[in-house]
Amino acid sequence: MTRSHRRDFLRAVGGLGTFAVSAGLLWRAPRASAQQGDPILAGRPLVRYPEKTDLILLTARPTQLETPMSYFDGAITPNEAFFVRYHTFPVPTSVDLGTWRLRVSGLVDRPLELSLDDLKSKFAKAAVTAVTQCSGNSRGRFAPRVLGGEWGDGAMGNAEWVGARLRDILATAGVRQGAVQATFEGLDKPAFPSVPHFVKSLDIRRIVEDPDVIVAYQMNGRELPMLNGFPARLVVPGWYATYWVKNLSEISVIDHVFEKFWMKPAYRIPDTPCGCVEPGTAPKSTVPITRMTVRSFIGAPPGGARVVAGRSVTLKGIAFDGGYGVREVQVSDDEGVTWRRAQLGPDLGRYSFREWSAVWTPAAGEHTLMVRALNAIGESQGYEPVWNPAGYLRNIVERITVQAG
Amino acid sequence: MRRTLGIAALVLALPLAAAAETKTITLPPDHPYGDLKPGPGVEVAQRACRSCHSTDYIVMQPRGDAKQWEAVVTKMIKVFGASISDEDAKAVVRYLSTVYGR
Ligand code: HEC
Repeated sequence: MTRSHRRDFLRAVGGLGTFAVSAGLLWRAPRASAQQGDPILAGRPLVRYPEKTDLILLTARPTQLETPMSYFDGAITPNEAFFVRYHTFPVPTSVDLGTWRLRVSGLVDRPLELSLDDLKSKFAKAAVTAVTQCSGNSRGRFAPRVLGGEWGDGAMGNAEWVGARLRDILATAGVRQGAVQATFEGLDKPAFPSVPHFVKSLDIRRIVEDPDVIVAYQMNGRELPMLNGFPARLVVPGWYATYWVKNLSEISVIDHVFEKFWMKPAYRIPDTPCGCVEPGTAPKSTVPITRMTVRSFIGAPPGGARVVAGRSVTLKGIAFDGGYGVREVQVSDDEGVTWRRAQLGPDLGRYSFREWSAVWTPAAGEHTLMVRALNAIGESQGYEPVWNPAGYLRNIVERITVQAG
Repeated sequence: MRRTLGIAALVLALPLAAAAETKTITLPPDHPYGDLKPGPGVEVAQRACRSCHSTDYIVMQPRGDAKQWEAVVTKMIKVFGASISDEDAKAVVRYLSTVYGR
């Protein structure tokens, strides 16, 4: 898909000016009002969970909460507003730091039992600002529809994570010859023994080569909320959230590729270049989902907002990809006939949301606003949605409508 | 007198200091938005489908025919080990494809 999209992208932007940048907020709307007109989110309650602000309820057991789109007008997603996705019930609700340990075992010379203090004091501090996004973010938008967590678009967030490098931890344990992967488990253990326990794996190679894979004990300068993985979670920049194991408690080094339920058959995409198949069909073979596709969103004004005709409005939003970095963001107010370059905000690193803004002066009437991003290796977003049976990788060009009057 | 009170306060404060090492949250109960709609067989569905997750998992799904819901119930039994009798499974599929049918 990427080649031709890229050409369109470049052609469209040629010769067009940049939207001016200034102007203040010209709309006022409660944080989650945009939810009401949304075919998937309408009717879902806003709920307030411990250490969280009002979020959209997906499921109560296990806890799954979605971030309202209005939080995506800036690069950092506040901890209180960060989405929550657990797989099994019960979810961890209490951690005693006196007894909590991160255990490292398996094919290592020196098995470890690290306290939170150990993690903080025995390893160099590493920081990375990175997006985590549920593989099934936007699943509710698939056509034909697919079963699963019927998320809108708010199962994503961006934070500054601080912690210990996973490779430093493994080096301390001493990875033995023949190690192929490490597995990761958290404190979430299903009540029913027949329900597969949530365990994920990463190749040792990725861990050793990538200094940005960390065990994070700090999120946006504070301890992690319980529901985002207190006291520590795995951070795997560029890859979908399924690898970012929360309330981390066990790391085991193994000599094979781990293929238990949550690695296979769950969290897999068709083994095709686009990770997609003809809508409604089944893939011949699958591979684990890994790197995120390029996406961009309008966070403000909220979809469905009313703005004042003839007065300039600052459109704001975020764009991200799977770790190459966003190079350009464009917006359109004419169904994609013309695209104009948005102003990019500060670069917080290639794994982070990139903030963008553009000043727009609407004529009276209803308008469709669209946004798309281009990353550093020329990948972009298309008008045709990708489809796969699990509802993964969605990255269509997004649109909202606003009324100017 | 003053001093004894001070010591008493200190002793009382100790368990609290230890408790600060523990973080605990309390989660709200299931939300009524996830309640299964009334219909023939709803009690069976409530019995069979509420133990591992809340039923908002069910009500948020796209509407579907018996084939969709049979696949769901079969997955719960075969993949996740839900213990549901054949008879109850049939009743749940009938309920879901009526109340959450196309
Ligand atoms: C033994 C435990 C268990 C029971 C009992 C159970 N489920 Fe599930 N169900 C699960 C698990 C585990 C998931 C996957 C959760 C996840 O991925 O977040 C799930 C997911 C679902 C989903 C989402 C689609 C999918 O395939 O992931 C639906 C719909 C669902 N269950 C319906 C039902 C219905 C209907 C019943 C009653 C017949 C039921 N469940 C009973 C364990 C169970």
